[in-house]
Amino acid sequence: MALIHEDNERSKTFTRRALLVGGGQALLFSTLAARMYYLQVVESDRYTMLAEDNRINLRLLPPPRGRIVDRQGVPVAENQQNYRVVLVREQALDVMQTLTKLAQIIELPDYEAQRVLREVGRKRAFVPVTVRDYLTWEDVSRIEVNAPDLPGVSIEVGQTRSYPYSDQMTHVLGYVSAVSEAELTGDPLLELPGFRIGKQGIEKQYDAPLRGIAGSSQLEVNAVGRTIRELSRDEGRPGEDLVLTIDAALQTFTYGRLQAERSASAVVMDVHTGDVLALASAPGYDPSLFNVGLSNETWNALIKDPLVPLTNKAIAGQYAPGSTYKMMVALAALEAGIGPDFQAFCPGFLHLGNARFHCWKKGGHGTVDMYQATQHSCDVYYYELSKRVGIDRMSDMARRFGLGAAVGIDLPGERAGLIPTREWKLANMGEPWQAGETLISAIGQGFVLATPLQLAVMTARLANGGKAVVPRLTRRSDAASPAAGETAEPVEAGFADMGIPAAHMRVVQTGMDLVTNNPRGTAYGARIAEPGWEMAGKTGTSQVRRITMAERAAGVTKNEDLPWRRRDHALFVSYAPVQKPRYACAVIVEHGGGGSKVAAPIARDILIETQRRDPAGSPPIALVGDQLSKRG
Amino acid sequence: MARRPKIFFVDRLAALRNNEMSLREKVWQINWGLVVLTAMISSIGFAMLYSAANGNIDPWAIRQMARFGLGLVVLLVVAVIDIRVWFRCSYTLYVVALILLVAVEFVGSTGMGAQRWLDLKVIQLQPSEIMKVALVLALARYFHGMAMEDISRPTALLFPIALVLAPAALVLKQPDLGTAMMLLMAGAAVFFVAGVRLWKFILVGIAGLGAIPIAWQFLREYQKQRVLTFLNPEIDPLGAGYHTLQSKIALGSGGFFGKGFLQGSQSHLNFLPEKQTDFIFTMLAEEFGMIGGLLMLGLYALILIYGLAIALRSRNQFGRVAAMGLTWNIFFYVFINIAMVMGLVPIVGVPLPLVSYGGTALLTLMATIGLLISVYIHRDVRISRRGVGIDY
Repeated sequence: MALIHEDNERSKTFTRRALLVGGGQALLFSTLAARMYYLQVVESDRYTMLAEDNRINLRLLPPPRGRIVDRQGVPVAENQQNYRVVLVREQALDVMQTLTKLAQIIELPDYEAQRVLREVGRKRAFVPVTVRDYLTWEDVSRIEVNAPDLPGVSIEVGQTRSYPYSDQMTHVLGYVSAVSEAELTGDPLLELPGFRIGKQGIEKQYDAPLRGIAGSSQLEVNAVGRTIRELSRDEGRPGEDLVLTIDAALQTFTYGRLQAERSASAVVMDVHTGDVLALASAPGYDPSLFNVGLSNETWNALIKDPLVPLTNKAIAGQYAPGSTYKMMVALAALEAGIGPDFQAFCPGFLHLGNARFHCWKKGGHGTVDMYQATQHSCDVYYYELSKRVGIDRMSDMARRFGLGAAVGIDLPGERAGLIPTREWKLANMGEPWQAGETLISAIGQGFVLATPLQLAVMTARLANGGKAVVPRLTRRSDAASPAAGETAEPVEAGFADMGIPAAHMRVVQTGMDLVTNNPRGTAYGARIAEPGWEMAGKTGTSQVRRITMAERAAGVTKNEDLPWRRRDHALFVSYAPVQKPRYACAVIVEHGGGGSKVAAPIARDILIETQRRDPAGSPPIALVGDQLSKRG
Repeated sequence: MARRPKIFFVDRLAALRNNEMSLREKVWQINWGLVVLTAMISSIGFAMLYSAANGNIDPWAIRQMARFGLGLVVLLVVAVIDIRVWFRCSYTLYVVALILLVAVEFVGSTGMGAQRWLDLKVIQLQPSEIMKVALVLALARYFHGMAMEDISRPTALLFPIALVLAPAALVLKQPDLGTAMMLLMAGAAVFFVAGVRLWKFILVGIAGLGAIPIAWQFLREYQKQRVLTFLNPEIDPLGAGYHTLQSKIALGSGGFFGKGFLQGSQSHLNFLPEKQTDFIFTMLAEEFGMIGGLLMLGLYALILIYGLAIALRSRNQFGRVAAMGLTWNIFFYVFINIAMVMGLVPIVGVPLPLVSYGGTALLTLMATIGLLISVYIHRDVRISRRGVGIDY
């Protein structure tokens, strides 16, 4: 009896508790269902995105950089194929053995083999490891021939920028180099290892068009990163090719001529179109140093060099223009109503108050008019002119000729120079203008500063009859030049007339003609004798230090007697041919001494070479579409 | 005493029927619905294993099918064997399982940093799986012989507690936190349905909470890591939290309708770890979405309902308690596995019953279902306290 009763009680308890357990299970299963709903419905979008992130790997395809060619289509910056041998562990049967075999075929130092082994061990089996970079063709063909014995070894092709003209063209082209931390813009292309951007010169100025637009490849990858398949591919757009106005051969000639001096620069331009035909600064440097990556010693040597090879002196070197500035004073005087027949007596000096201002010629020039004063570069005559014209009118004329402000060439790093005025001095130095400073300015000394490029532009504007020509290195419509895009014809009509009467221009031009072509001119020794190629010019010698009274008394006035760093800068501005001006050239030789002896012969040689080649006779080649030709 | 003949008659009739139950009758009695359910779930498993191998029947699906065939035989044989035989064998089975667990300590193969396998040349045996069944049977036998008032004696619980703790400790030492927990929970479930007073559970619960800091000391580094990562998955998204995170991504990206059979990107691109074993539910939910997940959950719920019904129908305490304990085991498997892949509980190595790739687990599950059916077939059999003969 007890047993049955007991069993009933037991069974009732069991039933109750079993149902309780069943209820509990139902509750917990509901939790699972609720969680499933949360993950798969509520949060589904977020997880779908995460799954896609997992699955899809976006690989950037860097666009090939555009080539740069000179006006005749000669490549001056191109992409060289660079072959490297890579090893894929999972395809190599025995890495060690493969490396040993490879070392028998190409040069492979032991430490390099060790590095490869380490990298192979660290990376995933399917990731290629670079064994050696920059292979020669010979190495490549040897590896290809032995391919059956080298499982897992393959040749990959990369691209490196190469500059066939090296330091001759470096200040125009600049260089490309690895992207620095500060240059990251968030564009993932810049973060690609090995990607290069323009850091200087044309490479920097036109970096965007040269760079092109990155393509991309959407890859499906698995958890360890192995590519399963390509989902889609966007080829992007290769960088545009660029045609320079530079004539590479003339550039080479110019640079070679400058290199003979310690530190010099020169600009040759077309006076009508503004095409810069040569723009050189010596010494230069090898731009590919920056591409591969340069050592600390090389870098330190470059930045500590007193000849500042890294600076493009043609656009960033600021010099007192010396007597080359006298044309500005003459034009200001003509505009002020002083005729070319205005005469002044030069005893070799001029007194202003207690100060004595010397002429470069000790005994003086006697009585000279404007033509003679230019021909002989008489300082006293220009002192007299400046006293009558005043600093502000002189400076105004200079500014109209492109001095005192960046002329807007399409190169980074152009300096503005300096053309002083009364307000400028008061604002910047807190002192009123001194009458003596006007005299000093009249001979291009004192505060006056100009770059070789500005002097070339000034000369071009003198030569073309007063058109505000602007220099340019490309004929792209997006260049700084306001000229109409790709025009074959001279575009002087496109440049504004500066409103200077032709008669005034003729006075100055005649003066400059006398400088080189009159036997008594200061640069007659450097004249161009070839008929029809004659040049007109103006010498300039700019003091880098004031000759002290003590030195003058001691007779130390000769440059040759001074240490190099204290010698005068030699300048020469010129254009040719005299009868039908086409080319302007400005040359500055740092601490070169006299303009007539040092700078003028260089300008002569350059202008002869220029006219011999006559690059303006054939305009820069035109692009077909964006590209010169199909690149391989 | 007047009612005795009647009782005698009823009991006698039942006993007679049992005694006379032929194999044919038993087969007729087999709960075929449950068998079909088992086959359905297993078939879904085959499909998932086929997908896990990127659309290959090798290496998992084919072997799992073979094991299922073997398991089906085991299920049917277990089902038709008289429940009294199981009753009598239950202690022996427990002792054998315990010996195997000890043996694993010495000659077991190591897998995933734990000794779990016993290589018997023909099959690799996982004794802890057998123990899950043996423990329930042994406890059911013990409680079968216990009247309510016996159970309330504290000393009466010492033996069953020892029955639970001995294998749990051995399994924990392997170390296999998941199985140890399953054994403890199975024990607790059996204690509960057998009628152990509620306050005792509360007492043990409190004591258990107090023991957590001590137990923590005994956990292996990877176990601690799993718990910590579970509590804060952001600790290390690429390390220990990676599995949970990738599993959640797979589930979530499956959405309501799923990505389609063989289309699960997380699974097929190997972002999902252990997709043929512990994370197979994730794969299912990625490819068949929430609909597939719920369907699966529903099928398991049906098995549980069958189990509960069988337990309630049984007229002997052994059958009831055993059916309830075994059903609990299935439930706990399913719950922990799914909760784990959905990031609700820490990652513990618990497979999804009938679906995850693994021989011993599948065979044990089939045997478990066989036992449930046996309880059903022999629902009216009376078993004496001592288990011998028919108790009047």
